Amino acid sequence: MARKVTYLAGIEGAERELTVEVHDLDADPWPLGAKLKYVGTEVPRLDGVAKVTGVAQFTQDVNLDKMAYAGEVIAPHAHAVVKSIDASAARAMPGVLAVRTSEGKRVTYAGSSVAAVCATSREVLADALAAIRVEYDVQPHAVTVEEALKDEVRVSPRRSNDTAGGRGGAMRRGNPDAALESAEVKVEAEYRTAIQTHSALEPHGSVVSIDKEGNATVWASTQATSGFAGGRLLRALELPRGRVRVITEHMGGGFGAKFGAQSWDVLCAEFAKETGRPVKYLLTRRSEHLVGGNRPDSIQKLTLGGTKDGTFTVLAGETWGTSGNGRGGAGCANFMGYTLPSVRMLQHTVSTFTARGAAFRAPRHPQGFFALEGAIDAFAAKAGLDPLAVRMKNDPHPVRQIQWKIGAERIGWKRNHRKVAGSDKGPVKRGVGCAAGRWSQAGRGNWSVDLTIDSSGHVIVMNGAQDLGTGTRTLLAICVAEELGIPPATIDVRVGDTRYPPGPGSGGSTTAPSLGPAAREAGLRAREALAALLGVEWKTDSEKVTLEDGVFKGPGGKKATFQEACGLIPDEGLRVRGTRRRNYDGYNRETAGCQFAEVAVDTETGVITVERVVAVHDAGRLVNTMASRSQVNGGVIQGISFALYEERQLDENLGDMVNPTFDTYKIMGMADCPQIDVVLTTVVSGFNSIGMMGLGEPATVPTAGAIASAVYNAIGVQVRQLPMTPARVLAALEGRQQ
Amino acid sequence: MSKSDRRGVTRRALFKGAGLAAASGAVLKPLEALAKEEGASGPRVQGPGAVKATLEVNGAKQTLEVEPRTTLLQALRLPLDLTGAKPVCDRGQCGACTVLLDGEPVYSCTVLAVEAEGRKVTTCEGLGTPENLHAVQQAFVDHDGAQCGFCTPGMVVACAYAVAKHGKDLTEAQAREATAGNLCRCGTYPHVLKAAVAAAKEG
Ligand code: FES
Ligand code: FES
Repeated sequence: MARKVTYLAGIEGAERELTVEVHDLDADPWPLGAKLKYVGTEVPRLDGVAKVTGVAQFTQDVNLDKMAYAGEVIAPHAHAVVKSIDASAARAMPGVLAVRTSEGKRVTYAGSSVAAVCATSREVLADALAAIRVEYDVQPHAVTVEEALKDEVRVSPRRSNDTAGGRGGAMRRGNPDAALESAEVKVEAEYRTAIQTHSALEPHGSVVSIDKEGNATVWASTQATSGFAGGRLLRALELPRGRVRVITEHMGGGFGAKFGAQSWDVLCAEFAKETGRPVKYLLTRRSEHLVGGNRPDSIQKLTLGGTKDGTFTVLAGETWGTSGNGRGGAGCANFMGYTLPSVRMLQHTVSTFTARGAAFRAPRHPQGFFALEGAIDAFAAKAGLDPLAVRMKNDPHPVRQIQWKIGAERIGWKRNHRKVAGSDKGPVKRGVGCAAGRWSQAGRGNWSVDLTIDSSGHVIVMNGAQDLGTGTRTLLAICVAEELGIPPATIDVRVGDTRYPPGPGSGGSTTAPSLGPAAREAGLRAREALAALLGVEWKTDSEKVTLEDGVFKGPGGKKATFQEACGLIPDEGLRVRGTRRRNYDGYNRETAGCQFAEVAVDTETGVITVERVVAVHDAGRLVNTMASRSQVNGGVIQGISFALYEERQLDENLGDMVNPTFDTYKIMGMADCPQIDVVLTTVVSGFNSIGMMGLGEPATVPTAGAIASAVYNAIGVQVRQLPMTPARVLAALEGRQQ
Repeated sequence: MSKSDRRGVTRRALFKGAGLAAASGAVLKPLEALAKEEGASGPRVQGPGAVKATLEVNGAKQTLEVEPRTTLLQALRLPLDLTGAKPVCDRGQCGACTVLLDGEPVYSCTVLAVEAEGRKVTTCEGLGTPENLHAVQQAFVDHDGAQCGFCTPGMVVACAYAVAKHGKDLTEAQAREATAGNLCRCGTYPHVLKAAVAAAKEG
C-alpha cells in the first residue's frame, strides 16, 4: 500500500515541491526546513572513546589462545614461471606448522604468492619465510601502458591487452564531428595521472578460528562484513555461509579495496583447518602496496570546443590506463558534470603484468575531473574569459550554481584570482583555481535495522554493516534518536557482525543513505511499540499517544517520560525492525560539489604549497555535520596527496615496485596539510525519508583539478601530469612538458 | 618531535650485523665472537633465544620473556596485550606505534623490547581510560580527531607529549610539528590540530 506525500525538497534558493509515493510503513519524508533535534547537528562519534584510548579492537589487534601466524613468499617478478622451490629448511624448523609451495605456478604480477607458511610465532614465521628458496624462469613482461601497447611486447596476462570500448569505454552523443568542425574556440591537450595505492593504515587480512563444533569465526578488515564470506572462503572452510560468523568491529581504512575475502583470507582458512588453530594473517606493508589494490593511471587526450562566449559544444577524447591484470576498467569520468551537447570518447583499459586495480574512492573521477577541468582552464584562457564564469555558464546543476558563488566568496576569487596568470613578481607565485565534482548515490537495497529496548531503557540498534571510520555507528544512533526523542549518545549501536541483519558493502558512498532510512524507521517502530504499551496502560488507543520533546502524552493529560514508558516493557524485552524500501523520485540524482584552492609555487624549486582549500559539498540532508566535515577533510587531503605526491613507481626491467614503503611512496602528512574550509550545503534529496545522499566519494573528486587550476593561475603554464612533483613543475615552466 | 629526538639503537642497525635468519643457528657464532671481541665493557650480547627484560609499562613493572629481536611494539601488543599502538610500516615511517619512553615519544617499532629494560613506557592506554580520559583523548572525542581510528593511538600520544612540553600555550604550529611524523590516511589532520590546541587550553 502506498500513499502520496507532497513536501518541499532541494536547497534554499532552489527549492522545489515534490510529490512522492511512499510505502505505507515508510515514515513521512522530512521537508526542507524541518525542525529536527539531532539530525543535522554535531554529534561526537559513539566509538570515539574506544578509539582514543586504544581499546577499540581492530582485526590487527585480535590475539587468540594458540593463535598461529601465516605469511607468504612473494614473487619479485612481473612475469615468471616458478621453476623450483626448496622449503626443506623451513619445514624442518620447530614451530613451523604447515608449508605450501606453488611449483610450476605462472606469476603474472610482482607480489604474487609463491609459497606460504603457518607457524606458532611471528619470529618462527619470519625465519621460515626467509629460508625458502625459489627459482624462477623469468618471462617477458610489460608493466606500463606504453610498454604494453608496443607491438614487440604484445604479451598480455589476459586474452586481449586492450579492451577499448568495453564496460563504458566508448561513448558518443550529439554530433561531435560537426561540432568539432564548427567550434569557435578549441583546445587540445594530454593529461596524465599516476597509479595511486590505497594505503589504508590497517592492511588487508583476517583471523580465522574454527570452534569445537566446526563453526568458523572470521575477523576481517573489510568494507563488506555481511557479504565477506563467499565462494572460495566457504569452500576452504567446507561450511555453508550460515556457519561462518564474520566480525569487523573496527577497521583501519578501506577506501574501496577491501570487499570480499581474498586469497590471503582463504589461506588463513585453509591453514586454520589444517592446523586446528586460529590463524592470523594481515599483509605486510610491501604487499599492501603491491597487491592491496590501486587506482588505475590515465593518459587522457582531450579536445574541448565551444563558442566565443564560452559555451561548450563538444568534448572529444581518447584515454588509456591500466588496471593491471584485473577485470576492472581504467576509464575516466572526464565527460561528466558539465553540459556537453556532443561527446566522442574512447577509453582503453590496457592489461599489464601488475596486480589488479581496485575501486578507489570515487573510481574514475579524480583523474577525469583533473583532465576535464584542465581543458576548461585552457579553453577559458584561449577565449579570454574568466575560468569560473565559464564553469558556471556550462553548469546545469542548480545546487552547484549556488556552491560556486559560496566558494568564490570564501576564497576571495575577485581579489585573489590573477587576471594575468603567472603575473606575481618574485620567485614564489600565488594563484587560485577551482573545479567541480559530482557523485550520485541516494542509497539502495532493501536493508533492515533491528532495535531492542529493555525495561531499563537501554536501546540497542543493530546492523551487520561496518563502520569504516565514516561514522556509521553514530549515524544510525542519530536517526533512531530523532524518532525516540532521546540523545544519540545513550544509544548502543552494534555493527560489523553477521549476527545482525545484513548490511551493504561500503562502496560508492552507499552505506549512510542505505541504512539511515532503515534506522529512522526502526526508531519509529520502537516509538509505536512504546505507544502501544502506554495505550494498554492508559486504556486508550495507541494512536492517541504522541511523543513530543521526549515525553509521551495521552488523552486526559497523561504523560510519561521515555524512561517511564520503557518501564512497561516486559522482561522478555521489546524488539522491532526498520526497513528501507525503494527510493522515491527525488530532487536531483547528481550530488553537487566544488572546491577552490589557493597555492604558492616556488618557481625556483618547483615546490607547490597548497595554502587553503575551500570545499563546498552537498550530501543531501546531513545527519552528523561533525562526521561530514571529517569526511570532506579526508576527501580533500587524499585529493591533495593524489595531486602532489602519490605515484606507484615500477621498474620497467624488473617489473617490481620500487617504492613500496611510506618513505618512498608519499602520502600527505601533517606538515603539508593546508587550511581546509568545509562548507556543507543541505539539500533535501527527496530520494528517501531523510533526504540523504552519500558523501565519502564526492569530496575527493574536485581536489586535484582545483589545485592544478590554481597552479596554472599562479605560474601561467599548466602542469598536466600528476603528481605535480617539483621536477614536473620545473619542466612545465621550461616548456619541456610533452 | 624531530627524528633526532628518538633515542636508542635502531633495530635495523642491530640487524645489519646479525642477519635476519637468527634461528638458523648461523648467527650464534658471530654473536659469541662479538661478545669475546668486545669484552665485558662492550655491548651486552643477548639471545638469540628468549631473554628476560623488565620494564615499567603504564606504571606497572612487567617482566617479559622475549627474543632480543622483538621490538617494543611487538612486546606491547603481545604478550602484554596492549594493542593501542599499531604496527603499520614497522620501520619508523608512520608514527602509528608512537609511545612515550621515559616521557619522550618514540616509534616503538624502532626500539627493541630489551632496550626498554628498566625504563618507563607509556602507551595510549596508559594516558587515560574510557572512564577517566586524558585531556587530549577528551579533545579528540569532542573535535572528531579520529576517523577509522587506526592512527589515533599514535596521534594521541604525540599530542599528549606536545601538550606536556608546551603547556597551555601550545600553538597550532607546535602541534603540527609534534605530529609531523604521524601519518593518517583518513585525513584527520585538521581535527587533530584543533583537538591538541583545545586540550592544551584545558590544561
Ligand atoms: S609502525 Fe612504527 S613508525 Fe610505522
Ligand atoms: S583515522 Fe584512519 S588513519 Fe587516521
